[in-house]
Amino acid sequence: MIDRRLFTNFDWTLFLLVLLIAALGVVNIYSAAYTYAPVGTPYFLRQIYWIVAGLGIIATVCSIDYHIFEDTAYWLYGGMLFLLVVVLVVGRTSMGATRWLNLGIITIQPSELMKIIIIMALARYFVDFVPPDGLTLRDLLYPLLLVGIPALLIMKQPDLGTALLVVMIAASMLLYVGVRWKTVAAALLAAVPTVWLAWTRYLRDYQKNRILNFIWPERDPLGSGYHIIQSKIAVGSGGVLGKGFLMGTQSHLRFLPEQHTDFAFSVFAEEWGFLGCLVVLLLYMVLVLWGLGIASRCNDRFGALLSVGVSAMLFWHIVVNIGMVIGLFPVVGVPLPLFSYGGTSMITTMTGVGILLNVSMRRFMF
Amino acid sequence: MKGGRVVRENRGLSKRLIKLSFCVAAGFFLLLTRLWYLQIIKADTLFDLSESNRLRSVPVAACRGTILDRNGVVLVSNSPSYSLAVIPQDVVNKEALIDSLVRLLGLDRDELLERWEKGKGRARYVPIVVAAGITRDQVELLEENQFRLPGVDVEVKPVRLYPFGTMAAHLMGYLAEVSDQELAADRYQHYNAGDYVGKNGLEKSYENELHGTDGGRRIEVDARGHYLRTISETNPTTGNSLELTIDKNLQQSAEKAFGQEAGAAVALDVNSGEVLAFVSNPGFDPALFSGRMPPDVWKSYLEDKRHPLENKALKGQYPPGSTFKIITALAGLEEGLIDGKATVECTGSYKLGSSKFNCWNRHGHGVVNLKRALKESCDVYFYELGEKLGVDRIAKYARLFGMGKPLGIDLDNERGGLIPTMEWKEKRFHKKWFPGETPPVAIGQGYVLATPIQLASMIATVANNGTVYRPHLVKRIIDPDGRTVKEFGPEIIAKTGLRPESFQLVKEGLFAVVNEPKGTGSMARLYEVKVAGKTGTSQVVKLRDSKGNEPYQFRDHALFVGFAPYDKPEIAVAVVVEHGEHGGSAAAPIAGKILRTYFEEKGVIAKPVRHDASAAGSDKPAAQPAGQPVQLPAGKAD
Repeated sequence: MIDRRLFTNFDWTLFLLVLLIAALGVVNIYSAAYTYAPVGTPYFLRQIYWIVAGLGIIATVCSIDYHIFEDTAYWLYGGMLFLLVVVLVVGRTSMGATRWLNLGIITIQPSELMKIIIIMALARYFVDFVPPDGLTLRDLLYPLLLVGIPALLIMKQPDLGTALLVVMIAASMLLYVGVRWKTVAAALLAAVPTVWLAWTRYLRDYQKNRILNFIWPERDPLGSGYHIIQSKIAVGSGGVLGKGFLMGTQSHLRFLPEQHTDFAFSVFAEEWGFLGCLVVLLLYMVLVLWGLGIASRCNDRFGALLSVGVSAMLFWHIVVNIGMVIGLFPVVGVPLPLFSYGGTSMITTMTGVGILLNVSMRRFMF
Repeated sequence: MKGGRVVRENRGLSKRLIKLSFCVAAGFFLLLTRLWYLQIIKADTLFDLSESNRLRSVPVAACRGTILDRNGVVLVSNSPSYSLAVIPQDVVNKEALIDSLVRLLGLDRDELLERWEKGKGRARYVPIVVAAGITRDQVELLEENQFRLPGVDVEVKPVRLYPFGTMAAHLMGYLAEVSDQELAADRYQHYNAGDYVGKNGLEKSYENELHGTDGGRRIEVDARGHYLRTISETNPTTGNSLELTIDKNLQQSAEKAFGQEAGAAVALDVNSGEVLAFVSNPGFDPALFSGRMPPDVWKSYLEDKRHPLENKALKGQYPPGSTFKIITALAGLEEGLIDGKATVECTGSYKLGSSKFNCWNRHGHGVVNLKRALKESCDVYFYELGEKLGVDRIAKYARLFGMGKPLGIDLDNERGGLIPTMEWKEKRFHKKWFPGETPPVAIGQGYVLATPIQLASMIATVANNGTVYRPHLVKRIIDPDGRTVKEFGPEIIAKTGLRPESFQLVKEGLFAVVNEPKGTGSMARLYEVKVAGKTGTSQVVKLRDSKGNEPYQFRDHALFVGFAPYDKPEIAVAVVVEHGEHGGSAAAPIAGKILRTYFEEKGVIAKPVRHDASAAGSDKPAAQPAGQPVQLPAGKAD
């Protein structure tokens, strides 16, 4: 099974890039959680454990030929749909809205895993079906069902951020496969009157307010807008060079919410300034483009689709999270890959990275 | 190829990856421009916002200056006081917190809530004091339970300490939180809500000196407003101290002399205008005004017919009664209408046109000269003299002595009394002056009103033969290092310009009042020192039925003005006993005690041997002439 060529073709650049970003993440979590005193292991150390676990996942994912996912994609997809339903049922009956599923020894979050599985399922679908002139509206039926069902289930939990990401990953993959301009235009044309109708006819005032506050947090500076305003202050007050490691006032005095998880980048921006942000953004961009590069070097369509999907997953996580932290997008609970504290995000990201490495090192095998 | 898998080549799609890569780059570029906007263009603004997030300035109250008597005895000082404050933004559960505070400290729930509500609408994270003046034990309980009481803060502020309790309360005034109206005024523009300011008396009139300069601390707080560390600090500067002209012993003995009676007394140094004692009785507890005023005490203050909250020495305006005869007599002498020998026959009443004016002695005094008229306080003599003088001439002399307008003592809101003239009546009532209104003015009734300070100043001016000094209460202002900032010497307002012979003749009469048989002021007599003075009994209501049975509020006021020593005057004193009925029996003894204490302090009179167990024994009016019934004012209270 282990071929020597695999080892020589191992993508060390990608691997080291991931490790570098993760290391920066650990350093940042050390600062972000500096004033917290969690019981037991400090957050940065726990994050290191998660990274080590992530490396194990990379090793596992790399050691098997990714084509096994091609064979099992629909089965995995079906199983994950089942788990999503189970989460809804168990969640409703036991603890209210919950995303977690207790499997005895470990708890898993099916919606998180769904991000990876949807990539596999869509890749599997398009392996057999690529219309040379792009997808028509009718061609979109099955892919949309494939994405729509899990997205709705996740939205029901409710976990808007993850649902949105699943849709965006899928949309990116569709764009890669190719969609006709007419199709895009038709979809947009259909969307405009739908939104307009919903806004004027079906939404009540309080619902509209909620949506408006969601989009413009300044409407409600002491309520939902407070955190995003504080985050912008944190980022901006960092200036060009930042306030220095462990010197961030916004973070250390806890004006930031979730500062070691979703708002970790805001802590980083305050302490390392524009230059630090520039470096991190460049690292992330290289990571995403590297993923696309793997797709372009891959002669196998399934592998290429997988790589594009994983790159899209990373890209959207990064853009949505940082965009939220700097006040470009509304606040949705999306973690920053490798930077935010948390096991689930680390596992998902590392699985994706494992897939990229897997595809990359097997590109010459066909 | 494993497992016969059909591998589909992927050349066609690779072109699109280039487009996707551009999209990715565009996405990152978007993030970068936003970061550029925030971190470079808006950096300064947002940095300032982050600083104002974490930094707050907390005023540190300056220690107020102390108040000393003329011998350096501390009359008002400071001690730390703890108050319980809440920062509403930090409170997790208001109801639960109030429950715990009520349970833990035994505080009053309604009061807590009321103060809490009152403090709403202030800036975020500014503590609201919900209980002032909590004890050291309560502070310890709070500190022990600090972590269970989020949002609770203990503040330390210096508060006033009154070693002599209610002594000279009206003079000192009290402190209370600055009111919203005051904050709007220029005088308090540097004050913050919650600051304590002098509300009355010296505390108010010398607020600028006493208050000191508040310091400030710049502190760092976290998002919940909790104190983290002090960034910078400016120390508060303690206020200046006041050294008063008041003699604590004299003040104490004067207040004691009043007992339960309501009234006022002012003692002046006749050669400087220094106020030696300043009494308004009954007093109140100034400490209660700074903290939590118990409702029952407040109620008792308001319901007391003797009006304890009124500063009677400063604002009480009384008809001076017979004490005003001094002015009438001096006016007559100066105008050449009378001399020491001229006599009038008193038949018990005086007729003017169709009006009849009674002498207090219905049987008449017989033939009286000036000396006897003063000594026995014959009204008829002065009715006649007053009629000759006319109201305007009486007023002219009264004004020479500083009556009819405020003397300008260093306290706020001094009243001016009233000296009527024809012009005044015309203006005030749009009516002509009737000749029949003059005789009452001549004996200090009718429209005439004077404050105890004015009466004291008047008799002091007589004592020093015509110099009107501005009465003042503060000798020196002293900075915290003990250096004199300002010294207040004698300030002459006016000289009466009257002939010494006139003063001499009147003074002889005043000496007789106290020291000769039938003199009305004999209860002010001291054996060791010659005292001169004049009694007064002024009507509160015009028509009176039978003497002695009127309700308290209709009884006559008792007055006495006097000075000593007769030959070389040092101290002048004016005493008003509200509804005390007779100047000779109610006011003169008090004046006598004040004078006695003054000369005891000076060593002129030997202090009686005090028995430790009965300090009151020393108050026995040893100077009372034998055979005179000793009527203690306390016995007349109701």
